[in-house]
Order: sequence, then C-alpha cells, then structure tokens
Amino acid sequence: MDNKIIAVAALVIGAGAGFFIGKGNKEVVEVEKIVEKTVEAKQTSTLDAVRAKGFVQCGVSQGLPGFSNADDSGKWTGIDVDLCRAVAAAVFGSGDKVKFSPLSAKQRFTALSSGEIDILSRNTTWTMTRDTQLGLNFAGVNYYDGQGMMVPKSLGVKSAVELDGANICTNTGTTTELNITDYFRSNNMKFNLVAFEKADEVVAAYDSGRCDVYTTDRSGLAAQRTKLTKPDDHMVLPEIISKEPLGPVVRQGDDQWFNVVRWTLRALINAEEMGVTKANAASKASSSTDPALLRLLGKEGKFGEELGLSNDWALNAIKAVGNYSESYEANVGPNTPLKLDRGVNALWSNGGILYAAPIR
Amino acid sequence: MNWKPNNISKFTNDANVRGVFSQVVLIAALVFSFFWLTDNTLTNLSNQGKSLGFAFLSATAGFQISQTFGTWLFDYEVGTSTYLDVYFIGIANTLLVAVLGIVAATVIGFTLGIMRLSNNIVFRAFATTYIELLRNIPILLQLFFWYFAVLRALPGKRDKLEIIPDMIGVNITGLYLPAPVPQESFVYSVIAFAIAVLLTFGVIRYAKHVQRQTGKITPVFLIGTAFLIVIPVVTFLTTNSPLDWNMPEFRDTGPMLRRGYQSGSGMILVPELIAVWLALSLYTAAFIAEIVRAGILSVSKGQTEAAFALGIRPNYTLRLVVIPQAMRVIIPPLTSQYLNITKNSSLAVAIAYPELVSVFAGTALNQVGKEIEMIFMMMMVYLTFSLLTAAFMNWYNSKVKMVER
Repeated sequence: MDNKIIAVAALVIGAGAGFFIGKGNKEVVEVEKIVEKTVEAKQTSTLDAVRAKGFVQCGVSQGLPGFSNADDSGKWTGIDVDLCRAVAAAVFGSGDKVKFSPLSAKQRFTALSSGEIDILSRNTTWTMTRDTQLGLNFAGVNYYDGQGMMVPKSLGVKSAVELDGANICTNTGTTTELNITDYFRSNNMKFNLVAFEKADEVVAAYDSGRCDVYTTDRSGLAAQRTKLTKPDDHMVLPEIISKEPLGPVVRQGDDQWFNVVRWTLRALINAEEMGVTKANAASKASSSTDPALLRLLGKEGKFGEELGLSNDWALNAIKAVGNYSESYEANVGPNTPLKLDRGVNALWSNGGILYAAPIR
Repeated sequence: MNWKPNNISKFTNDANVRGVFSQVVLIAALVFSFFWLTDNTLTNLSNQGKSLGFAFLSATAGFQISQTFGTWLFDYEVGTSTYLDVYFIGIANTLLVAVLGIVAATVIGFTLGIMRLSNNIVFRAFATTYIELLRNIPILLQLFFWYFAVLRALPGKRDKLEIIPDMIGVNITGLYLPAPVPQESFVYSVIAFAIAVLLTFGVIRYAKHVQRQTGKITPVFLIGTAFLIVIPVVTFLTTNSPLDWNMPEFRDTGPMLRRGYQSGSGMILVPELIAVWLALSLYTAAFIAEIVRAGILSVSKGQTEAAFALGIRPNYTLRLVVIPQAMRVIIPPLTSQYLNITKNSSLAVAIAYPELVSVFAGTALNQVGKEIEMIFMMMMVYLTFSLLTAAFMNWYNSKVKMVER
C-alpha cells in the first residue's frame, strides 16, 4: 500500500520536474533566438564587417578545376575564385585581400547563413527553392551550365538521340538521375542507369568502359574529362538537358552587400562588352572619351560611392582579374584543359545570353 | 534516553521505498524525454513546412534504376512504378546479396578454418596469410578493389569472354546466363521435386530408425540422390520438356553502340553485384575461419585421441566427434557474422549496386525529402532481417547445444 502511494507521488513529482525543466529549456531557446536576431540586426552591414576584418571570406568548392581549385602551392584559381578576388578588389583596391573556405555541397549554405563566409561562389545552381526558402539571394549568374553527356568518340555517336539502349553512369544525390530519365522518356528511348555515390567512382567506372555515357553538368564533364586516361578519346554531346545557372550567393537582408557583389559581376561583363581589359583598363580610364566607359571606370558620376565603395571600384576589380572574357579564357576556355567553348556564355551581342544591366 | 524512530525517517530509510522511488523517477524522466523529443521533432518539421506521413509511397518514381534482380522481380517501369516499388526493389537487392554472401562466406570460411588447422604446411600457410590479410583491410577498400579489379579484368562491352559458347559469357557489363522461361506444365516438375524431397526425408528417418533397431546402415545418400534426380526428370520429360531457355544474344555487327550483349536477352549478373558478393563473402570468410578454428580447438584433444583409440578413421572423427561439439562454440559468433554481412551490404552504395541504401535513402530520398520516414523504413528492414537471422540461428543453436541430463 505504502509503496503504491510513494510510486504515484514520485511519478507526479518526476513528471512535474521534467515538464518544468523542458519548459524552461524551451524558453531559454527562444531567448537565444531573439538574442541571435538582435545580434544579426546589429551586424546587418556585411560591408562594414568585411572592412573591419580587412578581407573577404569566400566560400569555394573543394576542388573543381576551372571554377575553384587550389594548386600545389595553395593558390586558388578559377572563375568562381576570380569573382571573389574582384569583389575584394572593389572593396579594398587589391584582389589579394580575400580568404577562401573550401566547402562541400552540404556545408555551403549553412556556412553562408551562419556568417562564416561573406560570399558563396561555388558553382551553385540558382533555383527557386534555394532563392526563396534558404534566406539567401543569388547575386547573378557567372556561368550558364546545363546537364550534358560525354561519350567515347569510338562509339560513333554524334547526338544524344542516338543513345537508345545505352549504359549510363552518373552519381546519386542530385537531380541528374531525374533529368536523364526525363530526357530518355521524352525521346522514347531505353537505357540502363548505373548510379554511384561519388564522382570519383563514376569517372573510374566510365574510364574502364562500364558505361557508354557519363552524364553530369557540362562544366563537370569537362573538368572530369581531364582525369580520364585518354581525355582526347572522349567528346561531350551537343544536347543540354537541364538548366543550371551558376552564380554567387549572399545572405538575404543585406542589400548593400548584395549590390556590391551583383554589380561587381556586372562590371566584369560590361568591361568585356566595352573592350576594357586588365592591361588597358588604367590607360582607358585616363584617355577615353566614351561616357559609358568613363562611368564604368569611375571617372564620371559617383557610382562607387552609391555602393558604399570608392569610385574606382570597377577599375580595381578589372585590374585584379581582367574582364569576364579574360577570366573565362584563362580558367575554362578552349585553351585550358577544360576546353569549354563560350556557347551560351558568350555576350548577348555575340549570340550568347550574357547580358549585364548598364552602369548609368 | 527514550529514542523512538519517527515514522518519516523509517519511511525514507526503507530500502524498498527508495528503490521504487528512484526507478519511478527514472521511468518518468525517460517517458518525458521521449515525448519532448517527439514534440520537438514535430514542431521543427512544421516550422520547415514539412509533415510526417507515408503518402509519398504511392507517388510515381521518375528515375531509372540499374537493372538487376529487384527490377526484374518487381517489373520496374519508369513512370508507372511507385516509391513503394523502389523500396521493395531495394529490399530484394539487399536480400539477394546478403543471402549469396552468407552462403559463400560460410563455405569459404569453414574450408579456411579447417585448412588453418591442417598438418599440411602449404594449406596452413595459405589460410593464415589469407585470414590475416583480408580481415585487417577495411571492407570498403576491398569493395573498391574488387569492383575495379573485376572491371579492369573483364573484356570490353563490344567483346566477350565465353565460358560455354553461345550460352554463358561475360564482359564488363556483366555475366550473361541463359534465362529459364517455364511454361505452364512446368509446375508438375516442381511438384514432383517437392515430392522427391519429402520422400528423401522419409528415407532418412526410416534409415535412422533401422540403424537404431538393427545397426544396419542404409545407403541414404544413394537412395536420396536417386529420388531427387529421377522423379523430377521423368516428370519433366513426360510433360514434353516444358522449359525454354532464353539465350543471351551477342551482336558484333551494326552500329557501335548496339554491339555487345543485347539487353532483354538471357539473364544478367551485373559486375556491381559480383564485386559486392566477392568483397562481402571473402572478407567475412576470414572472420568465420577464425570462429571455426576456435570452435574446433575448443574440443579437447582427448576426444580425438579417444576416437582414434576406438579405431574411428580421421574424417569420421572430424564429422562425428569434433564438429558436433565444435558447433556449440561456433554458432553464436557465426550469427553475428551473418548479421554483419547483411549490414555491410549497405556499403554497396559506393559502387553503384542498387541496394536499399542506394536507391531508397539515396535517389528516392533526394527526390521526396522524407528523411525521418524513409530512414525509419530502412532501419525496420535491417532490424527485421537481422532479428529473423538471429531467431533462426538461435533455433539451430538450441538443436546443437549440449543436451543436459
């Protein structure tokens, strides 16, 4: 009898205590959230924070040749890297005031929203979900990519519509499996999919001849092709079966920093359009009479100050990495191991879709 | 001094009361934590705009799966098959490789274990080297090794290595075998086989009975084999051989892409399956060998000597004296190894074998994003299969363990 009373009493006490501990815990968590928000509100200006620490912290990939890749001496190169250097040059006047954080695909958004990095420039596809649900903003597109297919030249295939019955290798955990299935279904073709967990194994399996086709983003194909035993024996088919616009990402809610990144990218594209290069930027700034060019290079108007930077922001960015074309040719163009033609990434005036709003 | 224990201290010092109190507090705390965790999960999910539910299982899966046993068994068709089918395909592929692995690992493991105790130095050295080498290299590395070794060793897709001309051949896309296509009346042959199995069991029982009564040994093996072969074969022939074979078709003319083995012809074992099977069974065999060795060594040498003294020949000694006693030591750790094979089969995701983790927790999860439900469903599969294996092995263990009188 006594035991039962004790048991019930203890149960009530235990549950009550647990409840209050739990409740208290929830309150603490809520308070922490509010504190976090306040801290965030106080530090809204990424630009000020960047100036205070003296460098731009840039999130890049863990090694994708042509986009962001560290060489043996630890120097980072690639078009994604160049964008970060350009932003650093626009802010500080020097493209070296930047530090890189190599991030995996899983880490990248968390690193940005937690404030660990200031820009995410890591071949990231701009999609509606990412733009609207992650508290992030895409500042533009620096490479229009799309899913493509690579085949051995010996197969004698010139187009993806001839691939009925093929063995296709790819890696899981992306939309690539869905895109390739959709493509084959819409063309009424059959195929067999061999899906690996990681890209390295896909390359090894494709290289050994397990599959007729390797499918992933075209830039990825170009980069992975360099790892094959005989890269020249393989070709990328012309079909593009998905839209993958890649671009830099910043945190939502800081319009000033968003503008700095967005307009630095546009300045590089506008520079190509106006024929301003790394080599001639300084002389054009002093000798040109073209008003559009003078606005870009900071000799007319106060465009830099409107961004919260100095007026020669774009001039510094161009001097640091060159215009879009120079960065492209040096990192992914036909003369690099990636051998990627400009294709849709050409200027709108050259038949591509690269089109930057004017600086005026 | 008139000291009298008061009621309260008598109560609080009672060991019984204290015990009950602390246990109840512990249980209450556990129950509360569980509810708190569940509540938190649900709150966080609803904050992310997600809800729990299994409705996604009936949605159609829009992706292709590598063609193997599972896709064949469930007739997978992109656009009509659902995520539930994907789940079953994953389970079928996992079970296939687990069962194949268990059988192969047992055979290889027992052979090696006995070899390691052999008096022949070559056998002993081979077994020792094998065991020390394979059990000390991580299974994932072995998986990669076998996969790429298998791929590199095989002829290319437009080539073939024929094991039996026009029937069995192999190249980098897999091992091609003739596929049996049973006709309706084939069912009689199956029934005949079942009857033969029952008859054989009857003969075994009868033979034991006769041996106990009279000491006479009936040639059970011969009679059983005769039953098992003659009865089904006669039925098969009298029903006009109702089984066709779909031979693998190989083409070496026409467009390059079309050359090689034609899909849909014959039966195919993909190289991924072969690699996973090899890696799992060779790796686990090393552990099983050690278990077998330990089991045999646990039988005191006196038993062997006594058997020899009675004039029992060495292989009978092993079969009738040593192994039955060794089994008692072998079975429990052997069960853990079988469970390990099942669980390790999830590593096959690394080399594109479409087992449960790969197709369900990989591709399907990426499309529907129901992490909690899908991981839960997967854990249930491994748990069920492991518990079934353990239950079977426990039953077997209770049969072989020492009968205490």
